[in-house]
Amino acid sequence: MNAPANIKIFDAERARADFEILSRQVYGKPLVYLDSGASAQKPRIVLDTMRDFAASEYANVHRGVHFLSAAATDRYEAARRTVQKFLSAAREDEIVFTKGGTEAINLVSYSFLAPALQPGDEIVLSVMEHHSNIVPWHFLRERQGAVLRWVDVRDDGSLDIEALDAAIGPKTKLVAITHMSNVLGTVTPLKDIVARAHAKGVPVLADGCQGAVHAVVDVQALDIDFYAITGHKLYGPTGIGALYAKRAHLKKMRPFNGGGEMIREVSQDRVSYADPPARFEAGTPPIVESVGLAAALDYLSGFDRAAVAAHEHDLLAYAREQVGQFNWLRVIGDAPGKGAILSFEAEGMHAHDLATILDREGVAVRAGHHCAQPLMERFGVASTTRASFAMYNTRADVDALIAGLAKARGILM
Amino acid sequence: MDNALRELYQEVILDHSRHPRHYGAMDGASHKAEGYNPLCGDRVTVYLQLGADGRVADIRFEGKGCAISQASASMMTDMLKGRSQAEAEKLMQGFLHLVKGEDASDLSEDDRETLEVMGGISAFPMRVKCATLAWHTFKNAVEEGAT
Repeated sequence: MNAPANIKIFDAERARADFEILSRQVYGKPLVYLDSGASAQKPRIVLDTMRDFAASEYANVHRGVHFLSAAATDRYEAARRTVQKFLSAAREDEIVFTKGGTEAINLVSYSFLAPALQPGDEIVLSVMEHHSNIVPWHFLRERQGAVLRWVDVRDDGSLDIEALDAAIGPKTKLVAITHMSNVLGTVTPLKDIVARAHAKGVPVLADGCQGAVHAVVDVQALDIDFYAITGHKLYGPTGIGALYAKRAHLKKMRPFNGGGEMIREVSQDRVSYADPPARFEAGTPPIVESVGLAAALDYLSGFDRAAVAAHEHDLLAYAREQVGQFNWLRVIGDAPGKGAILSFEAEGMHAHDLATILDREGVAVRAGHHCAQPLMERFGVASTTRASFAMYNTRADVDALIAGLAKARGILM
Repeated sequence: MDNALRELYQEVILDHSRHPRHYGAMDGASHKAEGYNPLCGDRVTVYLQLGADGRVADIRFEGKGCAISQASASMMTDMLKGRSQAEAEKLMQGFLHLVKGEDASDLSEDDRETLEVMGGISAFPMRVKCATLAWHTFKNAVEEGAT
C-alpha cells in the first residue's frame, strides 16, 4: 500500500485482487464468498510459492544428504520459524506441525493429558466449542473416566468468566477453550482465563483456528500452555496446522504417532524418541503445505493486522445493522467485541433452504450445526445460517447477502 | 428467480412443508424409527401401523427440517398409506431414482405424476439427502422398528 505506515487503512479491493477465485462466477453470478470461517481462499502468493517450491526445491526432509533434501529441510524449518514468529513463541521447537487444528488438539489429549489422567479428573470447556475441541475430551471421558465440566455462555453468546473460574476445581486437569467461536464469533478473554487457571495450577489449551485469523496472537504474553491453529483458515493450504506448546510440556509428552522421523534409536527390543518437536512429527510431513502455510502467514503479516481487523469489524457491524431490517431473522451471538461471524436463524425458513437460494445468487454461506452441536442445543436450534467475513470481503458482499435473504423470504414464505 | 430454484421450491412442495399431512406422533404404532441427517442436524420420526399382511394401514411422521425434507416426508405419508410392502418398496426405489435424476420409469404413471414436483431436486445434489431422509427412515421402521 502507498499510504504512510502510520495511517491505518486497509484496501480490501486491492487484497481481493490477490485471490483469483474471487473473480469467478457461480451460476452466472459473481461469487460472494462468505464461508471463510469454514475455509479461507488462498492468495496467489500461496499457490505460486507452493508450486515453485515443488518445481524447484522439493525432496523429503531430515533424511537425505543430497542437495534437494537439504534445501527442502531448510524451507520446512524456516516455515516452523514463521509460525513461531506469527504466534510470538519463544522458541521454534515449541511449534509442532500437525495436519490441522483437530490433530493438534488430539495430540494434547493423547500425549499430554491421557497418560496421567485419573478417573474423576475434570476437563473444563465451554458450550461453544467446535467438535474438534470436544470429541478428544469425550475420548478421555469414555476411556479413562474423565469428567467434562461445561461452562455456559450468556444469551448474547459471551463467556461468563466467573462461571468458568468457578468450574475450575481441585480435580481440573485442563481448561480447553476456543479463542473465537466459529458460530457466535465470540472472542474469549484468553489472558484472563489463563491467569485464573494458572492461579489454580491448571494449564490452558486454546483452539485458535478462528482466533488466530482475526487477531494477533502472542502466546508468551498470554502465557498460554497450548494454542492450536490450522493453515486453511489462515489463507493457507489444507493438510497443515500447528500446535504451540510450552517447551516444558512438550518435553514430558509421550509420542503420538509412531514411525520415521520421530525416533532417536530403534532396535529389536528397544526404542527411544527424538526430542520435540520431531517426536510428534512421525512420517513424512506435509512439506509443500508447510511452505504454503509460511507464505500465507507472511502474506497476512504483511498487512497492518489491526487495520484488517478494523475492516472485518466494519463488515460485521454493517451486516448486523442491515439484517436488523428483517424482523423475521434472529441473530445468534451478539457478544461485545465479537469477531466477524454472523450466525442467524430465520423464522419459518430452514438454514439449508436459505443457503440453497443464496447459493444460486452466488452467495456462499454455511448452513448447519457448524460442528458445534452442544451450542445449537444451548440456543435451541437445530441449525443456523452463518456468514463469515474475511479480509477480502467488502460491503458489496454484505449487500448481496441482504438481497439474497430478501429474495429467499419471497420464495419460501 | 432462476428456473432450477422455481422447480425446487414449487408451490406444492412449499404447501406440504407448511402444512405437513399426517404430522405428529402416533399412539400404539406397530413400527417406528428415527432418521437423522448429521450434515444439518435434521431429525424425522416415522410411525407406522402395519397390518397383518404388512400393508401400511396408517403412517405418521414428526420432525423438524428444511422445506424439502418436510415436504418429502409429508408426500411420502400421503402416498404410502394403504400400500403393501412390495408396492411401498417399488415406490421408494422409483422415488430415489427420480430425485437423483435417474430413470424412474418403474414408477406407475400416477405415482410419477404425483412425484414429479420432487424431480427438481436432482439439480441440487447437495439436497438429495434432505429428500430421501424420510423414505430411508420409513424403510428402517419397517425392517427394524417393530415396537
